[in-house]
Amino acid sequence: MEGNFITTKFNYMLGWARKYSLFHYPYITACCGMEYMSTVCSHFDLDRFGAGWTRFSPRQSDLIFVVGTITQKLAPVLKTVYEQMTEPKWVVAFGACAVSGGIYDNYAVLQGIDSIIPVDIYIPGCPPRPETVLNAFIKLQEKIQNQEQEWRWKKRKY
Amino acid sequence: MAMEEKKILDLLKERFQNKIKETSSQHGDETLVIDRDSLLEVVTFLRDKPYEYNLLLDLTCVDFLGQDPRFEMVYHLFSLAKNHRLRIKAKLSEKDLSIDSLTSLWNNANWLEREVYDMFGIHFDGHPDLRRIFMYDGFEGYPLRKDYPLRKRQPRIPLRK
Repeated sequence: MEGNFITTKFNYMLGWARKYSLFHYPYITACCGMEYMSTVCSHFDLDRFGAGWTRFSPRQSDLIFVVGTITQKLAPVLKTVYEQMTEPKWVVAFGACAVSGGIYDNYAVLQGIDSIIPVDIYIPGCPPRPETVLNAFIKLQEKIQNQEQEWRWKKRKY
Repeated sequence: MAMEEKKILDLLKERFQNKIKETSSQHGDETLVIDRDSLLEVVTFLRDKPYEYNLLLDLTCVDFLGQDPRFEMVYHLFSLAKNHRLRIKAKLSEKDLSIDSLTSLWNNANWLEREVYDMFGIHFDGHPDLRRIFMYDGFEGYPLRKDYPLRKRQPRIPLRK
C-alpha cells in the first residue's frame, strides 16, 4: 500500500487526545498546596504530561485537584465548583485530608471528598511527594485512555 | 522584675479583697482567679494607668467536665509599658453561663468572645453581635465541650454514602 496510515477506534483516539490535554483546576486549601506547586512548576514539571495549563475557573477545566483539608463548611462550595466543570471531568483527591480527612477526625472536617463528589484517583501522603503526584497523574492518564468515552453525538441514531 | 510581679498580685489582693479568690506566681506566670461578677472592674483597673495592661492577648475557655464550676474563662493581658504578662481566670457554673463582655474595653474581644461562644456556648453580657464565628448556620451544640460526641458530624449537604 502507498503512503502511511494507522487504524484505531474512535473511542481510543478520543481517550488519547483527552489524556494529553488536561486543563486542571487547583482547589487548594492547605499545606499540600506546596507539593502541588512544586509538581506543577519547572522542577517536576507537570507540563511534560500535557497538563501545563492551570485554569483558574472550573468552567474551563476538566480535571480538579482537590488539594488539602475540606471542612464541612466548605463542602457545598466544593460541590458547586465540581458541578460547574465541563464534561468530561475527572477528580483527583490530593493528600490524606482530601482522601479521608487525614489526621482530622473531628466535628469540622469532611471525612474524604468522595462523600460529596466522585473521585478518580486518590493520592496518599501527608503531604504526598511530587513523584507520587506524577505517578498518580500517569495512572489517571491510563484510566482516561481506557475508559468508555462520552461524546456529544454518541447516542445519535443514524 | 520578680519583685514587681509580687507587688502587682499583692496590690490587687489588697485592693479587691474577697473578689480575688486566689493568686499564684511561678516561673514568671502571674495568675489570679477572680469572682465572675468583678471581671470588668478588675480588668478596667488593670488596663488603665499606672499598670497599663493595655493589650488583650487572648481570651479563651476551658471545660472541666465533671467539676463544679464546670467552665473557666482565661484572659491573658500584656502590659506594653511594663513588658509584663498577667493571666486572669474566672470560673463559671453550668447553671449560669454568662460573663461580662470585654468589648467595651478592647475591640479584639469581639471576635475572641464570639469564638468562645461558638465553641463553648458561654454568653457574654453586653456583646454587640454575639453569634457563631466558625461554625455554620444550623450547627447544633458546642463542639469544644467535652461532652460533644467525638464522632458526631453535621454535614451541610447530603453525603453520597
